[in-house]
Amino acid sequence: MSGNPEASKARTSMNLYETFTQLENFGHSLTSSCYRIRATNTEDIHEAFQLAKRLGLTVTARGTGISYNDASLNGGNIVLDMTGMDRILDWDPASGVVRCEAGVTLEDLWKRVEPDGWWPPVVSGTMKTTLGGCLGANIHGKNNFRVGTIGEHVTEFTAILPTGARVTCSPQKNADLFYAMIGGLGMLGVFTTMTLQMKRIYSGLIEVDAWHVKNLKHQLDSLLEHAPDHDYIVGWLDTTARGRSLGRGQIHAGRNLREGEDAQAQETMKLTYQHLPDRLFGVMPKALLHYFMNPFLNNFGVRLINAAKYMTALRDHTFRQSHAGFHFLLDYVPDWERSFGRGGLIQYQSFLPKETAENAWREMLVLSHRRGTPSYLGVTKRHRPDKFLLTHAVDGFSLAMDFKVSDGNRATLGTLLKDFDRIVLEAGGRFYFAKNSETSAETARAFLGEGVIAKFKKLKQRCDPNNLLESDLYRRIFKDIGP
Amino acid sequence: MSDSPKPAHRTPLTPRRCGLIIGASGGLGAALAKKLAGQETSLALVARSKDKLDALCRQINAKGGYALAYPHDVCDYDKVPDLLRKIVADLGGLDFVIYAAGINLPPGGIDRYNFENDRLMVEVNLIGAMAWLTPVAEMFQAAGAGQIVGIGSVAGDRGRVGNPGYNTSKAGLATYLEALRNRLTRRGVHVLTVKPGFMNTEMLKAAQGATPFVIEPEKAAEDIFKAMTKRKQVIYTASLWRWIMLAIQHTPSFIFRRLTF
Ligand SMILES: Cc1cc2nc3c(=O)[nH]c(=O)nc-3n(C[C@H](O)[C@H](O)[C@H](O)COP(=O)(O)OP(=O)(O)OC[C@H]3O[C@@H](n4cnc5c(N)ncnc54)[C@H](O)[C@@H]3O)c2cc1C
Ligand SMILES: NC(=O)c1ccc[n+]([C@@H]2O[C@H](COP(=O)([O-])OP(=O)(O)OC[C@H]3O[C@@H](n4cnc5c(N)ncnc54)[C@H](OP(=O)(O)O)[C@@H]3O)[C@@H](O)[C@H]2O)c1
Repeated sequence: MSGNPEASKARTSMNLYETFTQLENFGHSLTSSCYRIRATNTEDIHEAFQLAKRLGLTVTARGTGISYNDASLNGGNIVLDMTGMDRILDWDPASGVVRCEAGVTLEDLWKRVEPDGWWPPVVSGTMKTTLGGCLGANIHGKNNFRVGTIGEHVTEFTAILPTGARVTCSPQKNADLFYAMIGGLGMLGVFTTMTLQMKRIYSGLIEVDAWHVKNLKHQLDSLLEHAPDHDYIVGWLDTTARGRSLGRGQIHAGRNLREGEDAQAQETMKLTYQHLPDRLFGVMPKALLHYFMNPFLNNFGVRLINAAKYMTALRDHTFRQSHAGFHFLLDYVPDWERSFGRGGLIQYQSFLPKETAENAWREMLVLSHRRGTPSYLGVTKRHRPDKFLLTHAVDGFSLAMDFKVSDGNRATLGTLLKDFDRIVLEAGGRFYFAKNSETSAETARAFLGEGVIAKFKKLKQRCDPNNLLESDLYRRIFKDIGP
Repeated sequence: MSDSPKPAHRTPLTPRRCGLIIGASGGLGAALAKKLAGQETSLALVARSKDKLDALCRQINAKGGYALAYPHDVCDYDKVPDLLRKIVADLGGLDFVIYAAGINLPPGGIDRYNFENDRLMVEVNLIGAMAWLTPVAEMFQAAGAGQIVGIGSVAGDRGRVGNPGYNTSKAGLATYLEALRNRLTRRGVHVLTVKPGFMNTEMLKAAQGATPFVIEPEKAAEDIFKAMTKRKQVIYTASLWRWIMLAIQHTPSFIFRRLTF
C-alpha cells in the first residue's frame, strides 16, 4: 500500500501506552484493557495491521462494542475502533439501496432512510450497533423467520484482509468469503463499506397484536402458528414462573402497514414522529430509571416484576406503534443494564429446532429454578436456517435469557450454563457468538461440526496467515478449536 | 516457554486479574507470586535467575495457577518497553505491577565506602523501578485504572551509618512512589508503598548487626495482598514498624549522629 508517509511516521512514533484503555462488554460483566486505535479511513486499517505485525500484537475490529461478551475485546492487544468511519456514502431513495462505511450505526441508517419511505430490513433490539458489528455477528431481528439475517440483505461489501489485500465480496463474487466473513466475528478481515437493500414502508407505524400465552407449549405454538401472518414476532417469557405456568408470557406480533392503510402516513413517516420519548409515562426522566429498577433486580423482586408484567399482559389487544418504538424498546431506558449492579449481566441465548425446543427449555428453566439462579428476563423468537458458515440459525426458535452476575453466584451460574450447553447440544441446538460469554471450544466444535471448522481454518489461513486478527473470543473458542 | 500453563480465559463467570511481579525469583517476590496465583490471577514473573523462575512457574501451574517466566536484568533499561508490551499481550491485559527487585550490598563497616555497590543498589532498587514504572504509569493513567506496588524499606525512612547507598535508594523509591501516587490517584490508579522491616530471605543474610522482629516473607505477602485489596497508601510490615519508625524519624539529629545502627 502506498499511504501517506507523514501519517505513518506519526503512527510509528505514537506512544502506544497512551492508547491503553479499559473496555467492557455490554453487560459490564467483563473488562479488558487494550490499546485502542481509531480508524478514520482505510489507510488507518492498513497501518494498524503493520503496527501489530511490527510489535508482535494482534488486532480486533470494534464497532460500538456492545456485544454481550468478548467478541470485540482484545486484552493486552490492539482494538481498532471503527466508529470514526461513519459516513453514509450513497443513498438512493428510488431503489432503496444504501452504501455505508462500517462505523455507521443502525440509528444513523434508519434516520436517513425512514423519511424517504424505507426501513433497514433487519435490526437488532438496540439501534446503537454499527453495520460492521451487525455484519460481524450477522444479526437477526424479530423478522428472522421471514427475511433471514442481515447478511441476506447485503448485496456487496468491501474489506481489508490482514495480508493487506482489499477484497470486494458478494453472493456471486468471492462467495466463500462473503458467507464466512458475515457472521465471522471480525476474525478474517475488517469491513470497510457495505451495500444494503432497504425495505419499503408505507407508514411510520407498525400494527401490533399483543396476547398472553399460558405456558411454554402455548408460547412456542403461538410463535409457530402466527409467524406466517405477521412480519415480526417476538415473545416475552416469564423466566420465574413455575409449574403449570412455566414458560408463560406475552407475544407481540407486528405487521407493516400496506399502502393506504395509514391515512396519516405523511405525518407518521416524519422523523419527529419516530423519536423515542425522553420521559417514561411523561414524568420519570429515563436516565434515572435504572436507579429505581435496581432494588427489584434480585431473585425475589424479579418474580414480582415478572408476575406484575404478566398480569398486565392478560389484556389481549391490538395497537399501532412507531417503527423505532417497536424495534428499539430497550433504547427507551438508557443504561438499563446498569441496574444489574456491580457484577453486571450476561445473556445466554440458545437456538433450538422446533421439534426439541419445548422439552429442552422446560428442563433448563426448571434447572435454573432448582439451582437458585433464575434468569431475570426471557425473550423468544422464531428463526429460519441460513447459509452463512458460522450461522447460529435453525428452523425453530431462540430463547435469550438474561442473568445477573454477582460474586456469590458465579460458580453456580457457571455450572448451570455448562448443563445448559449439554442440554442444547443434545437437542440439536446452536449458539450465537455475539451473546454467549462462556461457550467453550468443545461446545462450538460440537454444534458447528468438523467440516465447518476445517473450512473456517482454511479461510483463516488464507486471509490471515500471521494470525494478526484475534480477539478474546477468538482465543477462547477458535484458536485451538482442534484438528 | 517451558511448561506453559493451560490457557486461562477471562469471562464474566471466570474473571481474572493480570499482574506483573518484578523481582519474583525468590524472597518476598516469590511469596507474593504464590499468594496471588491462588487469587484468580494470571502472573508474569520477572528476575534474572531463569532456573528459579521456571521452577516457581512449574509449581504454580501444577496447582492450577497461571504464571509465565521472563528472565531479565532490571538494569537493561532499554529492554523494558518491548518486554512490557510482550508481557501485557501474553497476559491479555495488566491490572497491577509489583516492583520487588532489590539488592542490599553493605559497604562492610560504618567507616567504609564503596561507590560501585552504591551505584548498583541505586540502579536496581531505584532506577530499575523508574524504568519499569514509567511506562506502567503511562498505561494506567491512560486507562484510568490499575495498581502499582513498590517495595521500599524501613531503611529508606532515615539515613543511617550502616549503608548510605541502600538508604538512599529506598528513600528515593519512596519519594518516587509518593509522586506517582499524587499524580495518579486522580486518574483512578492506586499506588501502594510497602516498607518491610526484616524478612527471613536471602537478603537478610547480608544484614549486619541485630535484626529484630524478623517475619517470614509469606506473612509480608499476606499483608501486602490485604493492603492492595483495601487500597492502602503506605504500609509497614510487620505493622509494628510503623511505631518504631515514627520514633526513629522523630529522634533528633544530635542523638542520631551518635548512634551506631
Ligand atoms: C440491547 C441489545 C439488544 C440486542 N439485540 C439483538 C438482536 O435483536 N439481534 C441480534 O442479532 N443481536 C442483538 N444484539 C447483539 C448486537 O447486535 C451484536 O452484538 C452486534 O454485533 C453489536 O454491534 P457493535 O457495533 O457493538 O459490534 P461490536 O461488539 O463492536 O463487534 C461485534 C463483532 O463484530 C466485529 N466487527 C465490528 N466491526 C467490524 C468491522 N468493521 N469489520 C469486521 N468485523 C467487525 C467485532 O470484531 C466483533 O467480533 C443486541 C445487543 C444489545 C446490547
Ligand atoms: N529481606 C529484608 O529484610 C528486607 C527488608 C526491607 C526491604 N526489603 C526489600 O524487599 C524486596 C525483596 O527482597 P527479598 O528480601 O525478597 O530479597 P531477595 O530474596 O534477595 O530477592 C530479591 C529479588 O530481586 C531480584 N533481583 C535482584 N537484582 C535484580 C536485577 N538486577 N534484575 C532483576 N531482578 C533482580 C532477585 O532475583 P534474581 O537474583 O534472580 O535477579 C530476587 O528475585 C527488596 O526490594 C528488598 O530491598 C527486604
